[in-house]
Amino acid sequence: VPPEVVRGKRAALFFAAVAIVLGLPLWWKTTETYRAPLPYSQISGLNALQLRLMVPVTVVFTRDSVPLDDQEKLPFTVVHEREIPLKYKMKIKCRFQKAYRRALDHEEEALSLGSVQEAETMLAEPQEQSEGSLTVYVISEHSPLLPQDMMSYIGPKRTAVMRGIMHREAFNIIGRRIIQVAQAMSLTEDVLAAALADHLPEDKWSSDKRRPLKSSLGYEITFSLLNPDPKSHDVHWDIEGAVQRYVQPFLNALSAAGNFSVDSQILYYAMLGVNPRFDPASSSYYLASHSLPHVINPVESRLGSSAASLYPVLNFLLYVPELAHSPLYIQDKDGAPVATNAFHSPRWGGIMVYNVDPKAYNASKLPVRVEVDMVRVMEVFLAQLRLLFGIAQPQLPPKCLFSGPKSEGLMTWELDRLLWARSVENLATATTTLTSLAQLLGKISNIVIKDDVASEVYRAVAAVQKAAEELASGHLASAFVASQEAVTSSERAFFDPSLLHLLYFPDDQKFAIYIPLFLPMAVPILLSLVKIFLETRKSWKKPEKID
Amino acid sequence: MAANSFRSRALTALAGLLALSFGSLADSRIEDQAEQFFRSGHTNNWAVLVCTSRFWFNYRHVANTLSVYRSVKRLGIPDSHIVLMLADDMACNARNPKPATVFSHKNMELNVYGDDVEVDYRSYEVTVENFLRVLTGRVPPGTPRSKRLLSDDRSNILIYMTGHGGNGFLKFQDSEEITNIELADAFEQMWQKRRYNELLFIIDTCQGASMYERFYSPNIMALASSQVGEDSLSHQPDPAIGVHLMDRYTFYVLEFLEEINPASQTNMNDLFQVCPKSLCVSTPGHRTDLFQRDPKNVLITDFFGSVRKVEITTETISLQPDLGIMESSNKEDQIDEERMEPLKYAEQLPVAQIIHQSLFWKETAAHLGSWWNNTCVSGAHGAQEPAAVHPS
Repeated sequence: VPPEVVRGKRAALFFAAVAIVLGLPLWWKTTETYRAPLPYSQISGLNALQLRLMVPVTVVFTRDSVPLDDQEKLPFTVVHEREIPLKYKMKIKCRFQKAYRRALDHEEEALSLGSVQEAETMLAEPQEQSEGSLTVYVISEHSPLLPQDMMSYIGPKRTAVMRGIMHREAFNIIGRRIIQVAQAMSLTEDVLAAALADHLPEDKWSSDKRRPLKSSLGYEITFSLLNPDPKSHDVHWDIEGAVQRYVQPFLNALSAAGNFSVDSQILYYAMLGVNPRFDPASSSYYLASHSLPHVINPVESRLGSSAASLYPVLNFLLYVPELAHSPLYIQDKDGAPVATNAFHSPRWGGIMVYNVDPKAYNASKLPVRVEVDMVRVMEVFLAQLRLLFGIAQPQLPPKCLFSGPKSEGLMTWELDRLLWARSVENLATATTTLTSLAQLLGKISNIVIKDDVASEVYRAVAAVQKAAEELASGHLASAFVASQEAVTSSERAFFDPSLLHLLYFPDDQKFAIYIPLFLPMAVPILLSLVKIFLETRKSWKKPEKID
Repeated sequence: MAANSFRSRALTALAGLLALSFGSLADSRIEDQAEQFFRSGHTNNWAVLVCTSRFWFNYRHVANTLSVYRSVKRLGIPDSHIVLMLADDMACNARNPKPATVFSHKNMELNVYGDDVEVDYRSYEVTVENFLRVLTGRVPPGTPRSKRLLSDDRSNILIYMTGHGGNGFLKFQDSEEITNIELADAFEQMWQKRRYNELLFIIDTCQGASMYERFYSPNIMALASSQVGEDSLSHQPDPAIGVHLMDRYTFYVLEFLEEINPASQTNMNDLFQVCPKSLCVSTPGHRTDLFQRDPKNVLITDFFGSVRKVEITTETISLQPDLGIMESSNKEDQIDEERMEPLKYAEQLPVAQIIHQSLFWKETAAHLGSWWNNTCVSGAHGAQEPAAVHPS
């Protein structure tokens, strides 16, 4: 065999070896999309997360509330755990941890005062309770602290008072009643169902009523005064004072739920998009309830809410109807005028119609000066704000005295309920985002995951796990903060602009790029390999024939 | 006998009445449930309207997009919920004989530009990348709110695209293309993040049906102006402006939409019948297999209009006009004012210093110069008397 042929064969084999052993892996590695490692197993584990929401309840027994031999058993702890039946992939369990103890001296003194409000003020001073926890005071069955027919009382600051019972099964009976009161003040199935309304598959249509605002890091609240007829009405409103006096305390009480910023504006010549109809019976104009949905859109473009901030915006509009259409009333479905003369739209805001007092027209000529009664207006706006946030009336146990909200308009345990709902909602959102990201990465093969995106994902997963732990140990405030961090990190990871780095290359375009590069190189190598293979096969067969 | 038969007849009649009333009761309940099932379940509407071609002779694409924009605004979607992308400015084009107008009907009947148009992405900002970023929400931080698609899982989104296209692609700005696979992947990314409740995709280009062939995400309905292999044709030229004003398909869609008002009950099946082959020359196509509801139950206003859910406010909370707090806060303001020292302004332009500094530098420069001269030029002869230097 001539040496050139052997050298030729060896050269061809060497070329092929380099191309296949070195070249192919190099090409494969350098053209794959960069994906920093992600904790896929942990993300799929999040879906099966078991959320345990613990509500620590301290139950304080006064001297005559339960029989003596039961009192000897104090202090001890009872746990009541229940699974919330929601069709959601995460199992949610609600755990009330009741710590029973005897009343201290100053508590006995406070609970023997005349009225329950005085008792509360005396009890509230020593300690501020942490978010999510409750205290229930059990007084004697015939105590005059509560009115005769009332069995329990729910106060504005995470405290409740309940009548004891002199019975063998005192602790069991009182325990059940305490659970009822505690559920009204913290967590019920309704609260969680409303929080998870966007994640539950069924009932897309009926849950429109309970559509609180989506959880967000902050909110922008805009108060607008609409004056369509400045020639007749010279409207003044002391919005700064009203915000300072009424709105700011409410928002300060809500400050744990997000950053709030408030602004206001006055719009002239802004009409409603709907023409009101005249009702001759009351000689007033009215807006029927079916025309209300068409009111908002024409006026929204003038509000400038898109320029305000990236946070969700809540608009509260005060409309002073023009002289030709005064007085203007809003009618409900049955045709009766609404007492508040206001309506709201979930996740958008509220509109109130303010009718000018007809006496103002008598003496003076146009334009008439109108001083808006901010108390009446703010009562409606704050009520709408509560509804938009999903702070609704709780389901009270029977025979329960309910003290209304204090001057701020918000009870502290209502804030707790909001924080519970928001934490669960945040965890659900974060888990969904992370799971969708993992699924997307599986489906679409050319999404790039850079290192900082991967670190955001790790942070989000850690935050979800931390939030679940904090919820299980009853620290509501830190759980809420962790859940917000989880949502922020997961959204930042999912919506990072770098994920869109590579546009799609269809297969035929890929071939069009690679063929001019690889084909001229590959064809000679392949052909020579084939030739070598055929020749070696011939040379194997030859010795047999000779033998 | 007669009494018996009468009684039995009365009983049967009563039974029949009872059965009827029960039936109607059950019927109304079933009807309620059925109505709920057929309703859409969306709470807000968004629209993304894209015109992808530039140059004066593509006037009709801008007119197409603006006429859909006009209809959508008229039916109630506010500007804050519309992302309008126009790749070229026809209204202010130097070749426009009627500046600040874009007409859709010949003889300049209808100016679709209007005076409150809000273009979010204009001119060279309309690129495939920006379009995909808008759809998937992966915009760079600092993008203003009007340029974002802030939809959520209860938003119905209308996406309208027009321009020059081919089999499987749509041309952007004469320099790049978006393929149908990219579009399908973008919609899948939107679905994974639940950025839409239902999506209506309308495309008016040549071979438009190829663009919706590859969709695979649920709840998408698509309409196109022509099938694969067919060209979409333009409608009529206007002799005064000198270009074709509209495309046929969008022209007839616009005529159809002009008859819709926010309360109308027209459904999607009527939209599918718009522009038959006799008028359009091309065959419009549609795709509804990914859509869950029956098209005859889908109202046009579900996508083109925007109706908000509204509730009457029945509760108020009671507030006391709390004057006490007001007074104390006034006092706080006064105290703050007293404590503040009177302000002084820093000198804005210290002229004297500037002149002094320039003189100073000139003197040192002169001194240095003379020292240099003396030491280097005169060499080792020793220092001579430095020449008197006067600041000039």
